[in-house]
Amino acid sequence: MADGSNGKPKTELLDQLEKGPWPSFVKEIKSACETSDAPKDLLGQLELSYKEKKGHWKHGGLVGVLGYGGGVIGRYSDIPEQFPKVAHFHTMRINHPAGWFYTSDALRTICDIWERHGSGLTNMHGSTGDIILLGTTTDQLEPTFQELANAGFDLGGSGSDLRTPSCCVGQARCEWACYDTMKLCYDLTMNYQDELHRPAFAYKFKIKMAGCPNDCVASIARADCSVIGTWKDDIQVDEGEVAKYAAGGLDIQKEVCSLCPSKCMEWDGKKLAIENHECVRCMHCINVMPKALRPGKERGAVVLLGAKAPIMQGALLSSVLIPFVPADEIEETLKELFTRIWEFWDEYGRSRERVGELIQRVGMSAFLEGIGLDPAPEMVSAPRDNPYIYFQNVEGGDK
Amino acid sequence: MPTFEVHGKCYAVDEDGFLEEPTLWNEDVAKDFAESEAIADLSPDHWKVINYIRNYYLQFGIAPMIRKVCKETGFKLNEIYKLFPSGPAKGACKLAGLPKPTGCV
Ligand code: HEM
Ligand code: HEM
Ligand code: SF4
Ligand code: SF4
Repeated sequence: MADGSNGKPKTELLDQLEKGPWPSFVKEIKSACETSDAPKDLLGQLELSYKEKKGHWKHGGLVGVLGYGGGVIGRYSDIPEQFPKVAHFHTMRINHPAGWFYTSDALRTICDIWERHGSGLTNMHGSTGDIILLGTTTDQLEPTFQELANAGFDLGGSGSDLRTPSCCVGQARCEWACYDTMKLCYDLTMNYQDELHRPAFAYKFKIKMAGCPNDCVASIARADCSVIGTWKDDIQVDEGEVAKYAAGGLDIQKEVCSLCPSKCMEWDGKKLAIENHECVRCMHCINVMPKALRPGKERGAVVLLGAKAPIMQGALLSSVLIPFVPADEIEETLKELFTRIWEFWDEYGRSRERVGELIQRVGMSAFLEGIGLDPAPEMVSAPRDNPYIYFQNVEGGDK
Repeated sequence: MPTFEVHGKCYAVDEDGFLEEPTLWNEDVAKDFAESEAIADLSPDHWKVINYIRNYYLQFGIAPMIRKVCKETGFKLNEIYKLFPSGPAKGACKLAGLPKPTGCV
């Protein structure tokens, strides 16, 4: 390949991306050239891709570590003669700590291991949550895995398995968290190690946990099961703090009350009144006046199901499955729920059919019956507007 | 194209060691590939899984879903991993001479 005078590849297109104020990934990759040969070829291949406007990775790749069926994404260059150092460029997914809290010790440990065995390049983090170690060769997979395991890290998920669960920072740093998202995330991850490491499902399954409806992990859009914190009783109001917001110049009527989606608030200039039974817990008023308003005291979560990206039948957001689970029953409820959902999916799911698509195909009522849940009004945004209603034949009934 | 050499024989394979030409498969192929998947000896249990996968592939042109493999062979998933440490996709399918499973691995 065409080397520049300094022994580095000529990267005229990529070099332009070192300009401008945002942190440059090109600079990062160039600095990684000091510890590994792979980044240099990665830059070379990427520059070529920029020129030709097409990718240069081969289709697929199946590598891994013994005992696990997932966690490593195999990848090969389609022009290995030109870029031998990225001929193999596999990705390892490492399960992150819930909430992505690290000590510098932990990060140094990972960096040291990755410098010895891989390209030195990472993605902090993959969209699902994992630490992504970006680029190594097949023969380095086992040694890397051994060292990581000895340091207390395990692989994350990939393939048709339970993917790495993730959560918002929750109670660690957020006064709105309605349950301990980090603990739930950790506990579920540990409880389902088998399902995570050894793909047994028809397709992937993701769980994400958010402490409140702000949904800072976007669980409703990116997890087959979304667990979103909420409360049952009244919003906690600190009248004194409300008055301070008003005194500070906040137009409470305009900025809070008139934007409330259920129009259940009133501000008479002195007192904030909330009709809590009309409140849909959208978080808006709390977001605007965090010092004055808080979620109620009777806390728990909504469990929603079915989100996925467009392939095959169109994109889906999760929809309500259980309107409210008290905080101290969430874990137990989810475990019971997963047992039933996975059993039903196992029995009726087609190959590569997400849970959301399965529900679309068999219908919500068949799904609910299959997992033993009763329908509830909270499950729909509006009742059906066509009359094609299926009635079950009841014994002794009119046919 | 990479090759896999063993016991004086030479197979054309892809980068991940899957047989390039699935029709060239016979029992010797499975035996020759076993060691590369950390299997010392192929037991009757191994053959049960391999033959099931192979026959399913010949009939339907794809690899069976894992839950079908478990149901039809009677092995639980962890037993399959005991037999094939790198798992049903990378281990068992490779020994059965199937093309590499693809998708969002
Ligand atoms: C080969 C048999 C039939 C087929 C394949 C068929 C197909 C359809 C389809 C696809 C629709 C539209 C449904 C929708 O868009 O939601 C429809 C509606 C309808 N069909 Fe049929 N149909 C058949 C026989 C009949 C018969 C025998 C009658 C009555 C004599 C009938 C009366 C209607 C009526 C009135 C509607 C409209 C219902 C509404 O607008 O709500 N169909 N049919
Ligand atoms: C094979 C023959 C027929 C087919 C495939 C057929 C199909 C349909 C379909 C698809 C619709 C529209 C449904 C919708 O989109 O809402 C419709 C409407 C309708 N059809 Fe037929 N139809 C057939 C024969 C007949 C016959 C023989 C009659 C009368 C005896 C009839 C009476 C009606 C009526 C009254 C409507 C509703 C019109 C409306 O409310 O706007 N159809 N038909
Ligand atoms: S989702 Fe809610 S609880 Fe979690 S960090 Fe965001 S605002 Fe806080
Ligand atoms: S949380 Fe939303 S719906 Fe409830 S009172 Fe506040 S703004 Fe209105």
